[in-house]
Amino acid sequence: MKSVMEASALHVHFKARGSFIQEIFSNHQKKVKAVDGVNIQIGEGEIFSLVGESGSGKTTVGKALLALEHKTSGSILFNGEEIPSGTGKSSRRFRQKAQMIFQDPYQSLNPRDIVLDIVGEPLVVNNLIKTSAEKRERVIEALGWAGLRPQEEYLYRLPHELSGGQRQRVAIAAALILNPQFIVADEPVSMLDVSIRADILRLMVEMRDRLGISYLFITHDLSLAWLISDRIAIMYLGKIMEIGSSELIVGSSLHPYTQALISVMPLPRVTKNKKRLILKGETPDPIDLPVGCRFNPRCPVVQDICRRQEPELAEVTPGHQVACHFPKKLLVGAP
Amino acid sequence: MKETHAIRRRKAGQFMDSFRKNRMGMTGAIMLCFFLIMAVAGPLLLPYNAMDFGVADDVFAPPSREHILGQDDMGRDVLRALISGARISLSVGILSTLISMVAGTFLGIVAGYSGGKIDVLMMRFTDVFLVLPWLPLMLILAAVLGSSIWNIILVIGLTSWAGTARVVRAQTLTVKERQFIERARAIGAGNGYIMTRHILPNVFPLVFANTILVSAVAIISETTLSFLGMGDTLHPSWGMMLHYAFESGAASIGAYWFLLPPGLCVVGVVLSFTFLGYAFDEILNPKLKKR
Repeated sequence: MKSVMEASALHVHFKARGSFIQEIFSNHQKKVKAVDGVNIQIGEGEIFSLVGESGSGKTTVGKALLALEHKTSGSILFNGEEIPSGTGKSSRRFRQKAQMIFQDPYQSLNPRDIVLDIVGEPLVVNNLIKTSAEKRERVIEALGWAGLRPQEEYLYRLPHELSGGQRQRVAIAAALILNPQFIVADEPVSMLDVSIRADILRLMVEMRDRLGISYLFITHDLSLAWLISDRIAIMYLGKIMEIGSSELIVGSSLHPYTQALISVMPLPRVTKNKKRLILKGETPDPIDLPVGCRFNPRCPVVQDICRRQEPELAEVTPGHQVACHFPKKLLVGAP
Repeated sequence: MKETHAIRRRKAGQFMDSFRKNRMGMTGAIMLCFFLIMAVAGPLLLPYNAMDFGVADDVFAPPSREHILGQDDMGRDVLRALISGARISLSVGILSTLISMVAGTFLGIVAGYSGGKIDVLMMRFTDVFLVLPWLPLMLILAAVLGSSIWNIILVIGLTSWAGTARVVRAQTLTVKERQFIERARAIGAGNGYIMTRHILPNVFPLVFANTILVSAVAIISETTLSFLGMGDTLHPSWGMMLHYAFESGAASIGAYWFLLPPGLCVVGVVLSFTFLGYAFDEILNPKLKKR
């Protein structure tokens, strides 16, 4: 499969600000390694999910891929070319091809703009239209793709006059209007009512099927990822723990962290004595990562080597990679 | 576009509804209207002009049927001076406020949006203007530049933008963290576009309320400058009237009709601007909104 977006050895570090006194006396700047060496390839028309807890760096990866966050090192190739970082001509071309859908549709739309202006904004910003009639026409078309019909009824509404699902559809219409090749969807349904989630997800899959758009779907909900994606990567504290097709990840995961996530996935049937793998403790401080495997303080099967040496992502079966010294199935009978 | 206007009108309608319920705001608006009518239409109604010097008997003549507010130290009609002064005082106040609004908004948005070194530099510059005692500064500037009416407008404008810049910067800092700014960046919008299309409309209500309060200060500043003799003699404002009244000893003679009207007018205009400003602030500032 031809890969549309390809990141290798991606690092994004943020300076951690200590107290004033600390900053004067400490001679090395502390860093939060939000993304600490991530490799992903997203193929044409593929829905790739990045799953992780809050603070695992999944959103930072998404923003880095769109050059919205400055990468510390590594390379990001879009259609085989390094993504531009400035605001020049090539950067504009890139922005038209790669779009983002944000988590919170209450926040991502300017409360003072009407739908026509919000959805048409990408066209205006990139000088792609000449007349307001043309803009109106394109906006109506995009609203139709996003399932807001009859479109004329929505054109002149303000964001606060729409429901959450409608707002997210407006955001999707604005992302689709430029016919992008790649979309980063950052928890696009987590702020929505459960009853509308399926509609929005279905819409995203439909756009993939019709227009061949590739998605990076960022979520903390493994069951959502399982539902819509082709491949899943599990992230923990800035690193990918396990990566593979969604059936492999959910069906035969080998990393203890993935298995803990799977064991708490809600199931629509009542199973008696369903075993759960509950992790101890909290996610460690991202400024002071544990030595060795970053999952070792919470791992149920931790060994000595895990506290000394960090495991690399290694292929166990074709297309299934795990970063663990002891990859194995822990619970028998898990879904 | 037709529908866009309908939305604007609807929003304006909502604003007017809450404004009408605001007693302080309505009082201010009515008072200000009175002064505006006086400034615009007044000169057309009076038969006197500035060169109508009276005879010896007219000097400091008390109010009479012909001269409702009496006559001044040169036997001229006080009401006429008061009305033509309204024009000067109000236009100086409004024009200098415009300068301070544009300068303050520009600096505030650019500093708040850019952040980093530009922000620090611009804000230290603003702090300098904020802590400088404005009266001596204005006096010096007026003395150096000469006391034409345009210089007075410029001087007042240049000494009063610092507060606006601070308020706008603070609001810009909160607006720029909101996600629609990031969305705009994601679709390829440049900094200039984001500042004018997304930040400005969202800080403008605050700027507006702040501006009205600044115009009250601007009018007082103009009065002060003129009273201290830095005014433009060709364009006599209320401050100039007070200056002449003081110089000619109207207070010791007991010619209250020469002193009181300009003083009360200044107080009235400043009060109306302040009322309006507070009312707008209350309506437009979501934090102060009563639930």
